[in-house]
Amino acid sequence: MSQITDSDTLTTAAVEETAASSVAGIDQTAGDFKYDVKYDFDAGSGLSERTVRYISDVKKEDQWIRDFRLNALRTFLARPLPTHWATRDLENINFDKIRYYLSQGTKPKRTWDEVPADIKMTFERLGVPEQERRFLAGVEAQFDSEAAYSNIKDAVSKQGVIFLNSSEALRTHPEIFRRWFGKVIPTGDNKFSALNSAVFSGGSFIYVPPGVKVLHPLQAYFRINAENFGQFERTLIIVDEGSELTYMEGCTAPKFSTSTLHSAVVELVALKGAKIQYITVQNWAPNVYNLVTKRGLAHEEAEIKWIDCNIGSRLTMKYPGVVLKGRKSRGEVISIALANDGQHQDTGAKMVHAADETTSSIVAKSISVGQGRSTYRGLVHIPRHLKGCKNNTECDALLINTNSRTDTYPAITVRGQDHAVQHEASVSKVSDEMIFYMQSRGLTEAQAMSLAVNGFVNDLVSQFPMEYSVELKRLIDLEMEGSVG
Amino acid sequence: MSQLIIQDLKVSIGDKPVVKGLSLTVNQGEVHAIMGPNGTGKSTLAKAIAGHPDYAITGGDVLLDGQSVLAMQPDERARAGLFLAFQYPSEVPGVTIANFVRAALQARLGESADLDATSYYKKLYEKMDLLKIDRKFTSRAVNEGFSGGEKKRCEILQMAMLEPKFSMMDETDSGLDIDALRIVADGVNKLRTGQLGIVLITHYQRLLNYIVPDFVHVMYDGRIVRSGNKDLAVELEARGYAWVKKELAAASA
Repeated sequence: MSQITDSDTLTTAAVEETAASSVAGIDQTAGDFKYDVKYDFDAGSGLSERTVRYISDVKKEDQWIRDFRLNALRTFLARPLPTHWATRDLENINFDKIRYYLSQGTKPKRTWDEVPADIKMTFERLGVPEQERRFLAGVEAQFDSEAAYSNIKDAVSKQGVIFLNSSEALRTHPEIFRRWFGKVIPTGDNKFSALNSAVFSGGSFIYVPPGVKVLHPLQAYFRINAENFGQFERTLIIVDEGSELTYMEGCTAPKFSTSTLHSAVVELVALKGAKIQYITVQNWAPNVYNLVTKRGLAHEEAEIKWIDCNIGSRLTMKYPGVVLKGRKSRGEVISIALANDGQHQDTGAKMVHAADETTSSIVAKSISVGQGRSTYRGLVHIPRHLKGCKNNTECDALLINTNSRTDTYPAITVRGQDHAVQHEASVSKVSDEMIFYMQSRGLTEAQAMSLAVNGFVNDLVSQFPMEYSVELKRLIDLEMEGSVG
Repeated sequence: MSQLIIQDLKVSIGDKPVVKGLSLTVNQGEVHAIMGPNGTGKSTLAKAIAGHPDYAITGGDVLLDGQSVLAMQPDERARAGLFLAFQYPSEVPGVTIANFVRAALQARLGESADLDATSYYKKLYEKMDLLKIDRKFTSRAVNEGFSGGEKKRCEILQMAMLEPKFSMMDETDSGLDIDALRIVADGVNKLRTGQLGIVLITHYQRLLNYIVPDFVHVMYDGRIVRSGNKDLAVELEARGYAWVKKELAAASA
């Protein structure tokens, strides 16, 4: 066990935790358990240059990445919180109390046999079925900061696909890594992308060579298992010309009494004619700040599709985006958010058109339960000099209770003549008559509510892979249990 | 044998009494038609028995096989064997008929057991064949964009699948043209196997040409004022509701 003993870091006067961290009336049993895990490396709590250097030391990183991290730290410290547009709840994050790096050892496990028994037990509790792993081409399971298990099916690696955790890829494939790393989301994009750039650890790296269609989705499970500990994964996916990839990530997290920060950065690069589909289903504990930057760069005739589903967390801020850089490229975001009591889902999408005949589509559906709040923020940008661009934006909100809240901030900037843009928005409420109708068929009020919510998102959920749509339905059922009565 | 007993039932909407002491006994397998002019409390009776929260029961009782249902939630009443075929059924956007009925049947099993999907679809298709309903129908969202006839057929299909002991059919003929009416009535007749008790609520005698009732009751001002067999419906059609009103006025004078 090595530990930082920098007294400055450890004794930094802790600003009192003002946030009411226990959220009443939420059944989050799916993630409500924790195992005692022994950490081989621990950077302690608090953030300084020393923390960042410590992470680089543990990972035995090259000078360029050390410089990259330190530069990012300076950017992070210099930037104010974006509370001029975002919620002031961000001010309740106590950056000095967060542990920025934990690891069970830096070498990722390659086979299932090498995975420690207690971690296997955690996966069992998460309900990751054993046989599912055989179906999946490769599973990169992140346990705290490092991948505890990663295994690529022979067929996929034979196709030349590289699927590693990003720390390992940084060592073994620096030429591809360095070329694209930080290019889609620069360090200074926002305060939290800067934070991630300073302390990132884990996450996935995928490279698909030209002309390869990866038939099975690649999948990763993420999990936080330490109190007051932030996860800062960094995922970089490059799909070369004419290739196709589907990637799935899903998260459940245990319930804790103090705030937990999760701030990931995900960069996608789709080269000419490539297709990437990135699917997320997450169910964070109600004390997690989930502040994630996700963006893809679509080259000529490439297609990037984000399917993003957010359940749980205290505050999620996430706006998956596509920069449509190449002619005839396409971007799509499908977003589902469910905000329960004490939760704020601030989600949406960004579509930046930067070439002629580019097409983008955003469909966002949010559900606000109890005193939950959902916010849609959209940005669509089509500049004057382009021709033949199209955008379709649809955002629908469903309010369950009379004290539920939803806000919509669609920012669509279209200049020039030759574009087609459509925007539709709706807010609806589950009516008493609908609930009575369903009850008169024998469904309990909670079952009726749950079915109504599942119906509301059904057209989007049907685009998810089978196992995710089942999981999502179960999560919605669980969230709706306490919503009536 | 199952029995539904409505005993001196009084129902109010807000402060306004609508059903004012109504009694009726329906045995398993019987079809009772309740006829009467608009605003006389027929739909209120059906919804109150189903447990609609807007309808307050101020007196009397409703017994299903000797057990009062009044303290039960609407879903408990449904699981106990009561069914309401709605005059204006709600849309349930995004939920297919197949999934809706499946969820309703699953709710009867509880959490311990899973509905067997294969036998469920087998039963669903059998009932659809019986009711002459196209296979594509059940993949549509419940009542979303349905015509009047489709809505009523959707209700009948649910009734066939859920196999209640007693069904209250509220204005099943409203909004139907003669062809749709015939199709819906054929469906109901196929479900008259001696097991199901039906309370058929209607304005018009024409439905009773297709679904021939065992008993006919005339409802007026919150009460049943006359009961008889199917001939009463014919007489009512010929003489109009004014006849009943006049008789009542004469009786109370």
